[in-house]
Amino acid sequence: MSSDRLGRYSLAGPENRAAVDAGLANGAWYRSPIPRKRMKELMRRSDMPAVRDTAIWVGLMVVCAGAGIALWGSWWAVPFFLVYGVLYGSASDSRWHEAGHGTAFVSRRLDEAVYQVACFMIMRDPTASRWSHTRHHTDTLVLGRDPEIQAMRPARLVRLLGNFFGLFDVPVAFKALALHVGGRLTADEADYVPETERPKVYRTARIWLAIYVGAVAAAVAFGSWLPLVLIGGPRVYGTFMHIVYGLTQHAGMGEDVLDHRLNTRTVKMNRINRFLYWNMNYHVEHHMFPMVPFHRLPELHEEIKHDLAPVYPSIWAAYKELVPAVLRQLRDETHFVRRELPPTAQPFNIPAPVNDGRALPLATATA
Amino acid sequence: MSQWIAACDVEDVDLEDVIPFDHAGNAYAVYRSPDDAYFATDGHCTHEQQLLCDGLVMDGVIECPKHNGRFDYTTGKALGAPVLVDVRTYATKVEDGTVYIELPP
Repeated sequence: MSSDRLGRYSLAGPENRAAVDAGLANGAWYRSPIPRKRMKELMRRSDMPAVRDTAIWVGLMVVCAGAGIALWGSWWAVPFFLVYGVLYGSASDSRWHEAGHGTAFVSRRLDEAVYQVACFMIMRDPTASRWSHTRHHTDTLVLGRDPEIQAMRPARLVRLLGNFFGLFDVPVAFKALALHVGGRLTADEADYVPETERPKVYRTARIWLAIYVGAVAAAVAFGSWLPLVLIGGPRVYGTFMHIVYGLTQHAGMGEDVLDHRLNTRTVKMNRINRFLYWNMNYHVEHHMFPMVPFHRLPELHEEIKHDLAPVYPSIWAAYKELVPAVLRQLRDETHFVRRELPPTAQPFNIPAPVNDGRALPLATATA
Repeated sequence: MSQWIAACDVEDVDLEDVIPFDHAGNAYAVYRSPDDAYFATDGHCTHEQQLLCDGLVMDGVIECPKHNGRFDYTTGKALGAPVLVDVRTYATKVEDGTVYIELPP
C-alpha cells in the first residue's frame, strides 16, 4: 500500500529538501496580535500551579500504587492500578511536554527534574525528544520536517489503534533504546539531534536499560508481575488517555500551512482531563505562543479567541470530526478538515497556492 | 572602524524588557536590565530565525519565544539546548537620554 506515500513523512527523504526549497521549513507562522505588555504578563511563570499539580500527581501515584500492592492478587487492585496506570502512562505525556518547554515552573531545576521522570515514564529519550519537539514547533505538520505527525495520510490505522495500548510505540521505544545503548541514533533523530547532544542520548539509554533490567530481575526473583506493573507496564495498560488527548491536536487537519488555526485544534475539556493533560487542550494557543505556561493558557484563549476558528466544545465533538476525516483520508489523501474563521479574525496565512493544506505529491509541492 | 548608532530613547524600553532595533538591514535587540543598564545583542536567536524581541526577559536572561532558547543578554552566552551557539553582543552607551549601540563598520 502506502509505504511510498508514507515515505513522504520521512525526515530522511526528499520531502525534507522540498519543504526547505518551498519556504515551508522554519517558515513565518501566523500569530494573533497581542500587545507586548499583555504578552509579558501571560508569559510570566509561577511555581505554585505546577508544584500543586505535581504534588497531586505524585501523591496519587504513591497512594494508588500502595493500595494496588496491598490488594495484589485481588480484583480490588484493578481500579487502583488503572488510576496509577493513567497517571503514569498518560499524564506523563503532558508533564514531558510542559516541563520540556521549560514553562511549567519558574525553577529550571524543577522543570528538569519533572522532565526527566516524565521522559522515563512515557519512554521518550529526554534529549532526542526535546529536539524532536523543537522541530514539531518549528515545522508543525510540514511534510518531511515534522517528526511528530501522528495521523498521516493515509493514516496507519492499525498503529493508531494499537497505540491506545502502546503496542507499536513501546516496541519502537525499546528498539530506539537498543540503538542508543549501542551509541547510534535512528535516521530521523540524526536529522534533528546535533552531534554535541548525542552523548547524552547514549548515557540516558544505558541508565534506563539498567532500570528495566532491574525491574525484570525483580519480577523473576519474586516470581511476580508486580514490579513490571509498577515500572514500564503502565506505558501499556495506562497510556490510552494520552492517545485520546493527543489525537485531538492535529489529526485530519491541513498539512504544509503556516497557520496553526488551520492545522491545530483547541478543545474544551473538564477539570479532570485538563489536570491530566495540563491544559494542552488549548493547543492552538500553545502552538502560537509556546512560552505561555500551561496555567495561563485559558487566559490566552480569552485574549485571542476572536481571531481563532471556533473552539471544539468537547472531546466528543473533536472526535466526531476527526474520525470521519481520518477514515476519508484512507482513500482520499487530499481531504482535510477546513476550519472557518469568525468575521473578527485575520485571514488565514497560506504561503502559496500549492500549499493549501493538502498532502500534495512532491512534484506539485515544489512546482 | 566601529560606529555608535542611536537605537532608541531610554524610556522606549521598560525595565527588564527588550525592544527590536533595525539598522542597515540587520536586526538587533536592545535590553534594559532591572538596575537600569542597557545591553544589545543580535536580533535573532542563534538556533532559528526567531526574533528575540518577542521573548521574555527575566533575571538577566532573554528567552526565545519559540523554543525557550535562553541567553545571558549581558554576555551573549547560550544557556543550553536548543541554543548551542552564543548570541553576539554589542557595547552600549547612554547620552542625553538616547541609547547608542556600537556596531562594526
